[in-house]
Amino acid sequence: MKVTMTVNGKAMSAETEGRTLLSSFLRDGLGLTGTHVGCDTTQCGACVVHVDGKPVKSCTVLAQDVAGAEVRTIEGMANKDGSLSVIQQAFQDHHGLQCGFCTPGMVMSSAALLAENPTPTEAEVRAYLEGNICRCTGYHNIVKAVMAASGQGEQQLAAE
Amino acid sequence: MPKDGGIGASTKRREDIRFLTGKGRYTADINLRGQAFACFLRSDVAHGRINGIDTSAAAEMPGVLAILTGEDFKEVGGNPTGWLVQSRNGETMKEPKRPVLAHGKVRHVGDAYAMVIAETFEQAQDACDAITADIEELPAIVDMAAAVADASNRVHDEISDNIVFDWGWIEDNRAAVDAAFAAAPHVTTLELVNNRLSPNPMEPRASIGDFDPGTGDYKLYTTSQNPHLSRLLISAFVMGIPENKLTVIAPDVGGGFGSKIYHYGEEAAVLAASKLLNRPVKWVCDRSEAFMTDAHGRDHVTKIELATDMEGNFLALRTETLANVGAYLSNFATCTPTFLHGTLMAGPYKTPHVYVNVKAVFTNTVPVDAYRGAGRPEATYSIERVIDKAARELGLDPWELRAKNFLTTDQFPYTTPVGLVYDTGNYHATLDKLGEMIDRNGFEARVAESRARGKLRGFGLSTWIEACGIAPSNLVGVLGARVGLFDSATVRVNATGNISVLVGAHSHGQGHETVFAQVISDKLGVPASSIEIVHGDTSKIPFGMGTYGSRSLAVCGSAMVKAADKIIAKGKKIAAHMLEASEDDIVFEDGAFSVTGTDKQKTFGEIAFSAYVPHNYPLETLEPGLEETAFYDPSNFTYPAGAYGCEVEVDAETGRVEIVSFTCADDFGNVINPMIVEGQVHGGVAQGIGQALMESVRYNEDGQLLTGSYMDYAMPRADDLPNITVDHSCATPCTHNPLGVKGCGEAGAIGSPPAVVNAVLDALHRGGITHVTHIDMPLTPSRVWAAING
Repeated sequence: MKVTMTVNGKAMSAETEGRTLLSSFLRDGLGLTGTHVGCDTTQCGACVVHVDGKPVKSCTVLAQDVAGAEVRTIEGMANKDGSLSVIQQAFQDHHGLQCGFCTPGMVMSSAALLAENPTPTEAEVRAYLEGNICRCTGYHNIVKAVMAASGQGEQQLAAE
Repeated sequence: MPKDGGIGASTKRREDIRFLTGKGRYTADINLRGQAFACFLRSDVAHGRINGIDTSAAAEMPGVLAILTGEDFKEVGGNPTGWLVQSRNGETMKEPKRPVLAHGKVRHVGDAYAMVIAETFEQAQDACDAITADIEELPAIVDMAAAVADASNRVHDEISDNIVFDWGWIEDNRAAVDAAFAAAPHVTTLELVNNRLSPNPMEPRASIGDFDPGTGDYKLYTTSQNPHLSRLLISAFVMGIPENKLTVIAPDVGGGFGSKIYHYGEEAAVLAASKLLNRPVKWVCDRSEAFMTDAHGRDHVTKIELATDMEGNFLALRTETLANVGAYLSNFATCTPTFLHGTLMAGPYKTPHVYVNVKAVFTNTVPVDAYRGAGRPEATYSIERVIDKAARELGLDPWELRAKNFLTTDQFPYTTPVGLVYDTGNYHATLDKLGEMIDRNGFEARVAESRARGKLRGFGLSTWIEACGIAPSNLVGVLGARVGLFDSATVRVNATGNISVLVGAHSHGQGHETVFAQVISDKLGVPASSIEIVHGDTSKIPFGMGTYGSRSLAVCGSAMVKAADKIIAKGKKIAAHMLEASEDDIVFEDGAFSVTGTDKQKTFGEIAFSAYVPHNYPLETLEPGLEETAFYDPSNFTYPAGAYGCEVEVDAETGRVEIVSFTCADDFGNVINPMIVEGQVHGGVAQGIGQALMESVRYNEDGQLLTGSYMDYAMPRADDLPNITVDHSCATPCTHNPLGVKGCGEAGAIGSPPAVVNAVLDALHRGGITHVTHIDMPLTPSRVWAAING
């Protein structure tokens, strides 16, 4: 069955089976390989995208169930001129990524957090990102990046 | 001040742009025209005899293109281990064949014995389910002590005792060590387990085999930390594909931590399948498969003894270890528990007598190999735990006990009793630095404040050293290595003056594309933005050994410097020709070649252009072009060291441990990019805290993997970890490599587990719970609670 949804502002379609996951629809159907799959139990969060403004783990959503939705992926996060958005820039500025594999999910979850709570505490950032696993950074610089992206200075970080 | 973009600058990473915009190119992101998909059928029993495999129904399933089983690979070679270790009695270790796909027997849950290739992955998966195998289940061998005590049941039928080797280091010193123990006023003994871990890089493994029937060339896209090593193993040992007909490409790789050093059977299988079908064949591992196939780490059971006098002077150290290698020998499996472990047993201390015994044991579990730190975390954990226990037994302060036994700066170079030569270091300096960083004076008040809230506060110390910059080929050759461990770099100056640097190291999170450009920018005076770092493709880069063992800068970075020096030397020849001066009178400074004592000069760009437009060149003495390759083989290991402090609060009622602070004072020698170094320490410490408090691979007695997903294997999450305070100002530069660098990638994972465990023990003792002398990692609430209430 052909499924159409609005992905990063454009209507996009691909053929699906009933079992096609949103992550496969994006990666294999649309060639948007920025969304990563790091586990098979909805734990790691590398696949987080926004569906109608809410963060979801795209490995656990059937593509056909979100036909017609507004989907935003990491490929749609930069500014219109192609420069990094505030949150992406904060990840670079604060070395919030190493191997880059968890990064798309981290950025999407962080963006969702800041949309819900524009000035989170460090503890709130850590709690919110509980569903995104990073093996490289120890989260220290990810937390720093999210705090910086929220406009809060580094003095907000307890142990710095 | 460092030059902008040069050595010492916290230059932001250029690779981040593609990762932050979804433009990274990992193996699973690559799709080749006409590709088919592979799925592997894996054993669901730990140990069994394969009596027959019926693929007939599966072969009729929709989309199925081919089915291969272990029988199809019986005639090809085995995946070898890279290191031959001799037993104490002089016998060479046992090395059973590790096949591409299992035949005869399956030896661990996850051992692949068949492979289906189909038009889609789902079809391949469905067809795997339709294969029926008659596998006679045999009793599983899980516990190492049991495997050794009763070897009537064998992992490999031809290996009569389940033992790979019984290694003594250094065997000739054993009598002197035993004598020192016999005469010692005090001996502290500790039995401990270094828990089995799963490395868990976030990107699961993936491989695409692509055979070109027109040229006979093979291409393998794969998740590797070292594409040349994989090519060598596939060519020389497993498949016999000539090296010059096989290209291995490791594109963006999403973390490794050791688990992607190794060649795995799936890589050979997709190449064979691609040849068979004349189509690309793609395989992408899922996380469940990763848990039961990616090499695990650690898994030692150790008895360690420390002999001291009553003032706490270390007299001798002795250990006995059982090291689990799993069902087959992975590529570094034999050197990890031996030469990367036993040789570190002197630590940063002047202990005169040290003896290490390691028996490596086969079990029906996933192969065990190097994981971040590889042997050195095991050594550090044993040493730092027994020292803490000794301090308590002797009534001495753990800081002072360590400090009084440290090597002093006047003792370098220092030959340890376990065969290494430490070139430089200053262990008192990092310990003192840590003391400044943690507010030692305020500790008692913090203990009291915690107690007022019903919590037990404790502090744990760990002072660690490692040998990295792996490795001097001459030395490791004597010790049994089958490969050299040099690295290589080509500096290619293009005609328009920008530079491509082709390197043997591989970046999978370490930031080489940024850091290596900083080094070359500094050397050649060319802006970093004009320098491109190329890695990960054997058809482009010179033969290099890849990235592991904190070796990239120390070894490959040194090769880059050597190649850059050759560029400067060649540039001087060109400048001398262009400026009609003697080569000896040319100096290279700030990116320009000039005649000394004059204002005559040529810029780097002018020299580069001239090299490719060689009009009027004296061709008999000056070749056109400006490209140089260097291979660098280190003369010694490098020896980073440091002091780590951990402060915890323990809830004695629940056994829950909270890390209040974690502080690191490291000596990495010179630092090229402080931001990246600090990030490496954060990540290493996070993995060490994971080992200490959360992570553990568990099998039941039938050899079933109980921790096969993120639902059961506790990965540290953002809310499990503290912020980590780091310092690397106490630098004693390495004396034998041109950058003076030592390596920082593994430090955090090596130094942190004993600091955490020592802190918990300290908290319990300060809280009056003095019957607990040790708790094995991970220190989960249930284990801590049981220890308190046991």
